[in-house]
Amino acid sequence: MNSILLIIVPLAGAVLAAAWPDNRTRPWFLPVVGGAHLALTFWFFIHPPLVTPETWLGFDPLARAVLPVVSLLFLICAIYGLSYLRIRSERPNRVFVASLLAILGLLSAGHQARQLGLLWISTEAVTLAAVPLLHFNNTPRAYEATWKYLLVGGTGMALSLLGSFCLGYASLSGGGNVGNLTFAGLSAQGPELSRPWVLTAWVLILAGYGTKMGLAPMHTWKPDAYGEAPGIVGAVMAGGVTTVAFTAILRVRSVVAASGEGAIVNRTLLVIGLFSILVAALFLLGTRDFKRMLAYSSVEHMGILIIGAALGGAGLWASLFHVWSNALTKGSLFMSAGNIRRAAGSPSMNDVRGMAAITPRSAALFVTGMFAVTACPPFGPFFSELLVVRAGLAAKHSVAIAIFLTCLLFAFFGMTRVVFGIVDGRPSPTTKEQSKKFVETLGVVAPPLILLGLSVWLGLFTPAILRDAWSAAVNQLFPAP
Amino acid sequence: MNETLNLVIGLSMGLNLVAVGSSRLPMLIRAMSLQGVVLGVIPLLLENAQFDWRVVGVALATMVVKGVVIPSLLRRAMRAANIDREIEPFIGFVPSLLLGAGGTIAAVALALNLPLLPEHAKTLLVPGSLASMLTGFILLIGRSKAISQVCGYLILENGIYLFGMLLIQSTPLLVESGILLDVTVGVFVIGIIVDRIQRAFDSLDTRKLTALRE
Repeated sequence: MNSILLIIVPLAGAVLAAAWPDNRTRPWFLPVVGGAHLALTFWFFIHPPLVTPETWLGFDPLARAVLPVVSLLFLICAIYGLSYLRIRSERPNRVFVASLLAILGLLSAGHQARQLGLLWISTEAVTLAAVPLLHFNNTPRAYEATWKYLLVGGTGMALSLLGSFCLGYASLSGGGNVGNLTFAGLSAQGPELSRPWVLTAWVLILAGYGTKMGLAPMHTWKPDAYGEAPGIVGAVMAGGVTTVAFTAILRVRSVVAASGEGAIVNRTLLVIGLFSILVAALFLLGTRDFKRMLAYSSVEHMGILIIGAALGGAGLWASLFHVWSNALTKGSLFMSAGNIRRAAGSPSMNDVRGMAAITPRSAALFVTGMFAVTACPPFGPFFSELLVVRAGLAAKHSVAIAIFLTCLLFAFFGMTRVVFGIVDGRPSPTTKEQSKKFVETLGVVAPPLILLGLSVWLGLFTPAILRDAWSAAVNQLFPAP
Repeated sequence: MNETLNLVIGLSMGLNLVAVGSSRLPMLIRAMSLQGVVLGVIPLLLENAQFDWRVVGVALATMVVKGVVIPSLLRRAMRAANIDREIEPFIGFVPSLLLGAGGTIAAVALALNLPLLPEHAKTLLVPGSLASMLTGFILLIGRSKAISQVCGYLILENGIYLFGMLLIQSTPLLVESGILLDVTVGVFVIGIIVDRIQRAFDSLDTRKLTALRE
């Protein structure tokens, strides 16, 4: 079997869904295609295919370490999507379903891309495919968010294209392997790459893919987009789309490190990661909107991923672990927040309180998810962030780790403030009236519950095969000298 | 060949100044699309590019997309929106022109100091690319109408395309066409959003997009 199936199956599903005539049955494409994708991904996960260095698209160790969680998150979001789109049956869902499936296929392409140009094309295509999802609600605010996303995201992608060209240009002066833009080929050139161009490329690519990932100060699209998009879209974007930008940065990082600039790379990553956490913590202390709060929390976790990647092999291992725990936990939070938002009719703590009385199950899930995402044991994020801290102390970055922990504490204060403000208290009469239209069915409560369960399982009983997959990815990116 | 190449790039640098100096949208769109067509010729002019049908194909596709498809999408959006065709700048026309001209000179000076390969040092490829990127940023930041910002984005993209010409031997055509496809789809998507913004806000003035903030 060829791992290109992982790309073709969802894209074919997207085309079929776009052609499907019935608005009521079309959402079933989501779980069916998502299930097929997950089955395929796990087949490749257990039987990893042999990837030769020159392959442009391949299920290599890095793809193997990250893609399964994207697929798993997508399937659970798809099941949630069935109930969500039934509630929103007044909106045509043709473009929505087709775009979601297209994103799954393009994400699989982006995670498997082993060539500079191909990587850019697939990540840019993901950015564009996400646009119709953001304005699904069809409100002026949603269009405003989409416009900002397009402008900031488009500029970011332009920068990463320029960076990719600079990296390609660096390889021209090396002689030898000219014209080979696969990551393996570029790394093989190593110190032969022209130093000024490699550094220019690194800055541009970090800014470009960092925009897509939502690192501060390029995160400005995130609160608007996550705040206005449906919860399921936030879950797919925060847990899936951002990871493709992260693996892109990791792949470029290994090329730049191979050229002998590893120290500079690690320092820039550490600084931008800490800055992201700091900005996220400060905004978390100020925001009054619980969906925007999740966006800032996502900025914080992207910062954690980047800090881990700056701390060498052990740190990267912790980062890959955190990709999994963040995706599962954040997915759950976006879904329960979506339920509360739908029942309450507003995302602001100025209007919403006492949701524990109105939507008890979603409120319980939201509170539990909040503790999970702020790294309370026994959930996954606690263990992965602990490993980041250990890697940081082992690498003698004690000041950075002190800042890191302080920011996590502030983020915890900020999030508890918003979450308990919404859950506690007595609901206002307008909220009560509004919430009569929303029923907490099994379909909207079970998916976030399953994700939280997976998060606990991942933290307590990380399977050996998964640990091996992460170690293999670390070996791919940090080849033994 | 270098003289023709430099002439063409010089023309595109002139079009940058037309773009920042134009006070009406149709003129801005025309400058942007003409620049796209002019840049589409470049792959055919590059000395050591092998002259085969695929290079010609990509060059033709670039010219058609940037010279016909994208501008007609934008004109359609402009007509559908029935907007006032005056461009309302944040940064006035004279300051933008001065910035653009100064930026062009700085781009030439900067390119002299970049570690370029000898075969690229004599051409205007890198200065032309930097000047277009700068122009794109001036338009993105300095204009308030959504369509002018899109034009700025496309001129920025033209600059990056020009930079990509340095790599024409090593970038496979598949990648080039993929990039072109992404840009086209991008403009198509932007066109749709511009239309929806017009309907939702009754205006294309991005200064009105201020509901979302902390």
